[in-house]
Amino acid sequence: MSLLSVRNLCKTYGALEVTKDVSFDVAPGELHAIIGPNGAGKTTLIGQLSGQIAPASGAVLLDGRDVTGRSMAERVRLGLARSFQITSILPRFTVLENVAVAVQARSGSSFRFFAPVAAEAALNDDAYEVLAKAGLNHRADVRASALSHGEHRQLELAIALATQPRVLLLDEPLAGIGGQEAGAFVQRLAALKGRFATVLIEHDMDAVFALADRISVLVYGEIIATGTPDEIRNDAKVRAAYLGDEEAA
Amino acid sequence: MIGTATPAPARLSARLWLALLIFACFAALPVIAAVTDDPFLLLIGTRILAYAIAAMALDLILGYGAMVSFGHAAYLGFGAYAVAILNSVGVTDLVLHIAFAVTISAVFAAITGAISLRTRGVYFIMITLAFGQMAYFFFVSLSAFGGDDGTPLPARSTLFGSQALEDDRTLFYVALGLLIALFTLATRIVGSRFGRVLIGTRENPVRMEAIGLAPFRYQLTAFVISGCMTSIAGVILANQAEFVSPAFMNWHRSGELIVMVVLGGVGNLTGAIGGAVVALLLEDWLAVLTEHWRLLFGVFLIVMVLYSPHGITGALDRIARGRR
Repeated sequence: MSLLSVRNLCKTYGALEVTKDVSFDVAPGELHAIIGPNGAGKTTLIGQLSGQIAPASGAVLLDGRDVTGRSMAERVRLGLARSFQITSILPRFTVLENVAVAVQARSGSSFRFFAPVAAEAALNDDAYEVLAKAGLNHRADVRASALSHGEHRQLELAIALATQPRVLLLDEPLAGIGGQEAGAFVQRLAALKGRFATVLIEHDMDAVFALADRISVLVYGEIIATGTPDEIRNDAKVRAAYLGDEEAA
Repeated sequence: MIGTATPAPARLSARLWLALLIFACFAALPVIAAVTDDPFLLLIGTRILAYAIAAMALDLILGYGAMVSFGHAAYLGFGAYAVAILNSVGVTDLVLHIAFAVTISAVFAAITGAISLRTRGVYFIMITLAFGQMAYFFFVSLSAFGGDDGTPLPARSTLFGSQALEDDRTLFYVALGLLIALFTLATRIVGSRFGRVLIGTRENPVRMEAIGLAPFRYQLTAFVISGCMTSIAGVILANQAEFVSPAFMNWHRSGELIVMVVLGGVGNLTGAIGGAVVALLLEDWLAVLTEHWRLLFGVFLIVMVLYSPHGITGALDRIARGRR
C-alpha cells in the first residue's frame, strides 16, 4: 500500500487552475520527484500536501488516513513534514537550538515551564545526531543567521529530518546552491534515501535523475506523465513539453 | 517582529546581575527612608515595585512573544478590585486576594486572548485596547464600588490574620518579595521548553507550525500567565494607595506599561523592571521641577528611542562591549 496517496487534487486562484486533478502515490521508502517548468504549480502542490494551502477538492491520504482537513502542525505530528524553498529558520536561535526545538516538538509536552530546556541532554543529543546527517554538526553553536546560504539549506533539511517524518516533502532543497556544494548535498540526500518516503521538487535535473525512483511531470498544474527516470527521459510528451527544450539547447 | 536578542546564556547572566543589583538597591531603600526620615519614600518604592511586576509581566508576552497588549492595565484593575470586592464581604487575607485576582484575570485573559490572537500586529493592539476599555467601563459603572470615583479601602489586606501590612515597610518588603519571586518564575519560564516555543513563535510562526507546534496554544498560555502576574501588581497597588478606582485600568496606564517595557529594553525581563524604575522616578523628579513635566519626559523618551532603540539594557550592553 502506498504511504502517501494524492487523489484528484484541484486548486484554482480566480480563473487560474494551478492544480488540475493531480493524483499520484508514493510507496514507503520511495523518492518521488515532481518536475516541471517554472509556474507549473509545484510549490502550490507541496503547500496543499503539507496543509499550508487548502485544496478546492480532492484528498491527501497519509498511510490510508485522510488528512485533507488537518492543519500543517497536525500533519507534521502524523509524520508528514516539509522543507521550504525559501529558507525558513529561527534566525536568532543557534543551529543546535533550531534543530532541538524540532526534536522537542515530537518528544514530550512543550507545556513544561520550569526545567531549563538548554540542559535537556536527550534533546541536544538527538539534535547533534540530525546535524551530523545534514553535515552541520561543526556549526552547532553558531547563530543560524550567521550561516552561509548553502548551510542554511542544510539547516532547513536538518530541521525537517528532526521531526522524524514518515513522508518528507522537499521543496527545492538545492535552490541557490551549485557546483561542489550541490554534489555533496545530493550525496547526503542519497544516503538518507529509503528511511522515509520523499516527494522531491527540484530544478536540478542531474539531482532528480540521480535520486528519484519515480518522476511525475507537472505542466500547467497537470501531471502529464509519471514513470521511472528512464521512462520519463524517453517519453515523447515530456520531451516536447519540458525536457526537449533543455536537450535542444 | 520585535527586535530583540534571544538571551544567550552569557548575556542572561549579565542581565541577572543587573536584576540582582536593582533588587539590592530596593532592599536598602527602607534603611535610606529611616535615615532621611522620609516616609513617602517607602510608598513611592512600593508603587515602583508594583509597576515593575506589571511591566515585567507585559514583557513576557511583548518581548518574548511579540504580542503587544494595549489593554494590560485591565489586569491592574482586576487585582485592585479583587482586594476591594473581597474586603467588602469580609475576606481580608492577602493570599486570598491574590488568588481571587489571579482567577478573574485568568478567565478574562483566556477569553479575550483567544479572540485577540486571531489577529496580528496593529489589529492585536487595537483589539486588546478595546477589551481593556470594556473592563474599564465595567468598573466605571459599578456603583457599589464608587463607580467613576472609586472607593477607599477600610484597611489593607491582612497577612495570615495579622495587620502587618499596615506598616509601610512590611508592605514594601512583601512587594519586593513578590517581585523577586515572579522574576524568578518568569526567568525559569523563558528558559524552559515552553519559553523556547514562545520565542520561536516570535521569530517565525510558520516554521514552528512546520515542525508541528501550532503557535496559538502557546501564545494564549503566555497571555494568561502575563495577565495573572499583572493582577498581582494590582493587589499591591490597591494596598499601597488604600484606594481603588477605574483610573488603575485606564488605557493611558496600558500605554505607560508599554513605555516602561520599551524604555527598559524589550525581551529580557530585567529591562522592564529597570524601565519601570526609571520612568516612575523621572515622573516624580520632573513633576517637582515643572508642572509641564510630561513634555520633558517626552523629550527624554524621544532621545532614548533615537539613540538607544534597545532601551536601557541595550545601552548598557553597548557600554559593556565598548569597554572590552
